[in-house]
Amino acid sequence: MATRHLIKRAKYKTTAKGSGIPGVLEMTKNKIAFKPNDPTSVTMINVDFRSIKGHKNTKEGSSNPPLINLVLDQGGSYIFEFENFSDLQVCREFVVNSLAKSGEGLIATSDKPVVASHDEQLSTAEMELRMKLLQENSELQKLHKQFVLGNILTESEFWATRKKLLDGDSSQKSKQRIGFKSSMILDTLPLHDARTNKLTFNLTQETKYQIFALKPAVQQAFLNLVPNKMTEKDFWTKYCRAELLHYKRNAMAAAAEAAEDEDLVIFLKDDDILASEARRKIRRVDPTLDIEADQGDDYMHLPDHGIFRDGSKEITESQHELYRRTFLQDLNRQGEVVLEGRTIDVELDNPTNVAEALAQSRQESDATAKEERLYRTSRMTEMEDLQAPHDHPFTPLCIKDPRDYFDSQQANALKTYDDTRAGTEQLSCSLNSEEAYGFLRRSISEIEAMGLSAHMVRPEVALTVINGLTQNISSTKYQLGKNVHESVLDGLPNTTKEELLHYWTSIQELLRHFWSSYPITTSYLYAKTEGSHVKNLSAAGGNKGIGSLRAPPAGFSPCSSYASGSRCCFSTLRVGSAKENGKGWRETKWICLGGVY
Amino acid sequence: MASAPSKLYADDVSLLVVLLDTNPFFWSSFSLPFSKFLSHVLSFLNSILLLNQFNQVVVIATGCNSCDYIYDSSSATSTGAESGRMPALCSDLLRKLDEFVTRDQQLGEKDSLGPTTSSLLSGSLSMALCYIQKVFRSGPLHPQPRILCLQGSTDGPEQYVAIMNAIFSAQRSMVPIDSCFMGSNNSAFLQQASYITGGVYQKPQQLDGLFQYLSTVFATDLHSRTFLRLPKSVGVDFRASCFCHKRTIDMGYICSVCLSIFCKHHKKCLTCGSVFGQPQTDVPSASNVK
Repeated sequence: MATRHLIKRAKYKTTAKGSGIPGVLEMTKNKIAFKPNDPTSVTMINVDFRSIKGHKNTKEGSSNPPLINLVLDQGGSYIFEFENFSDLQVCREFVVNSLAKSGEGLIATSDKPVVASHDEQLSTAEMELRMKLLQENSELQKLHKQFVLGNILTESEFWATRKKLLDGDSSQKSKQRIGFKSSMILDTLPLHDARTNKLTFNLTQETKYQIFALKPAVQQAFLNLVPNKMTEKDFWTKYCRAELLHYKRNAMAAAAEAAEDEDLVIFLKDDDILASEARRKIRRVDPTLDIEADQGDDYMHLPDHGIFRDGSKEITESQHELYRRTFLQDLNRQGEVVLEGRTIDVELDNPTNVAEALAQSRQESDATAKEERLYRTSRMTEMEDLQAPHDHPFTPLCIKDPRDYFDSQQANALKTYDDTRAGTEQLSCSLNSEEAYGFLRRSISEIEAMGLSAHMVRPEVALTVINGLTQNISSTKYQLGKNVHESVLDGLPNTTKEELLHYWTSIQELLRHFWSSYPITTSYLYAKTEGSHVKNLSAAGGNKGIGSLRAPPAGFSPCSSYASGSRCCFSTLRVGSAKENGKGWRETKWICLGGVY
Repeated sequence: MASAPSKLYADDVSLLVVLLDTNPFFWSSFSLPFSKFLSHVLSFLNSILLLNQFNQVVVIATGCNSCDYIYDSSSATSTGAESGRMPALCSDLLRKLDEFVTRDQQLGEKDSLGPTTSSLLSGSLSMALCYIQKVFRSGPLHPQPRILCLQGSTDGPEQYVAIMNAIFSAQRSMVPIDSCFMGSNNSAFLQQASYITGGVYQKPQQLDGLFQYLSTVFATDLHSRTFLRLPKSVGVDFRASCFCHKRTIDMGYICSVCLSIFCKHHKKCLTCGSVFGQPQTDVPSASNVK
């Protein structure tokens, strides 16, 4: 990768199909130069890397010749054909590196997201996987188009946070492999056609694999003999002849043929490899396994054991069963202890020490043995292909819906407010009934006389009423009612809802990248956080009327000046702003997307 | 209009039954004068009739001693002359209202009424529901009925049972009860009515914009309410009043047979007559403890 200077033979073409002018392509750090072989030809190219916008190349494995297409800033392109694909790869790397160094960055020149980024060499498979993911998930495709093709994020950054998606695809395939068929032996045996008296050996790849699995000697022979001593065909012919001899069950003929052909011997005799494997398995068995361990080792508590000391042979239960002890029990216990031997190395003069040391020795052996045993059992009993993949150990985040708390508080707050306000408006009626009725009738005749006026509602009053009503309708405070699970989003028409959700996901995406570049350690990260990112953040949200934040309710502390931003009262989302560098809150309104998170 | 039933009804034809509160004690001490209130309401009724030529409006007045039909837009008789200042609807309505108030006063002369008198909401609700039932039985094509209560006076807890019955029958017939309450405190009955029947409860903050409230919220017909969002109330006061004393209570006793609510323990249910057993004491049976 450190070559500053690259010289390759290439042909310069104006179109991909035509034949080219052969010549020499020379690439240095800053420019590309092409000199044709023919000194009389006039096409000499000297291009600065800065004027190259991007490049395309044909893929290895396709039927196209190895071409690289360098696209210029002003339009127009240079097409070079190389002699082979390795040349092409080398040149391509060089071009990529030079372009990266000149700070251009690679921009996709096609609509489909087939872009090679700076520092990764993507394999075809991965590219295909990405395209497949994008095609399947339209939401992802929209985000990709918006950010990567809009030059806000680079391809690698976009996919960096989605490693799980890319990996997940591969791990979706079950780790379980299909086993062998039970008709394995039959498959490897020849078919006998009784009419023509012919034996047919059907050797497919699968049957060859089965033969190798069944007969390790054959496999070993295959490795040894092919392709050194004989071709594969010969090998299998010999194998079939050996099988034929087995089929005929003629030991003498077999011995005769074996004497002639030493290769056949391998096929005819017993499988040595199997025997040696069996022997190895026996050697591997844990000799410390105590297969004598038995429940009967507990000589004390088993009934019907031995001779009672007092000589009576009664087996009837008595009340003093607990206190009986037989002679045989004592003997057996002594035998056990003798076999154990002296386990401690302590001076015998102090019985406390002795007792402690004995207790300790018993405990220690117990603990380590137990651990070992558990470990071994777990390893033996686990079936790997049925286990789930071991991801990073974490507990899922459980954030309770804060609306539950706030809603209940709202109702209380409003109730008290309402009561206090209502108390002031109580006017007492001091009229008696006659006066009251008289007043009513007077009002009726008044309006009869007046008639209906054109301006019964003043315009500003009407405007206030309308504003109040729409605020009431759009507010999420009043969500109490019959349908508890309905969220604000469900009440919106579908197109609006989808647009809102798209904005939400794009804002989240940008924020993720914004916050991941903190702490700012390199100038690249600094440039990333300033400028276009944040601009796009506000553009994505603000212009469409949803980028607003409310002043926090009591209890939410303003965020520190380091991570400056504002917090929605209903979520812990932080909207960063490069311009704001102090504490405080932005004074704009925000629609809390209640049901999304 | 003999040809009307043969025409196809659109989705948004509505029958609006307006229950107008004419409690004089309330109106005489209220900030919005009754005449202004009437002008808002009359304009609103006109606009309802303008929305669709098959819309119908029925006005029922809720007095302190009686209730009566004041206006029915589908009746052919309109004896009022159309003066220059107002359409025939209004003069008709106002005349009838005047007559009703007089009659109401005469009925109330025997009892002593005071400022805490409530209007007979249960009566007017029942009358409205009867009218709506008549409309339901009038034929296959009928407008979609709803009830709008324009109420200002406080709830009378003695009407609790009757109002709840009316509310449940409205719920059964799927008739929403909208409420526009103009009094000081929230009305528990009307909140419950709107909540149970699926109507809208609104307490206007600005009374001189009453027409704006009426035309924005209460003019929407039932078909449009499926896609229009109307303001929701914050909470509903579900307190009941006891059947024996008609007091509003939070906790009480309930008969398990007929679900009547009492504030004190009774030996016998006053509604259905079932005899109540002895109340269980809270001491756990000693035999269970070992």
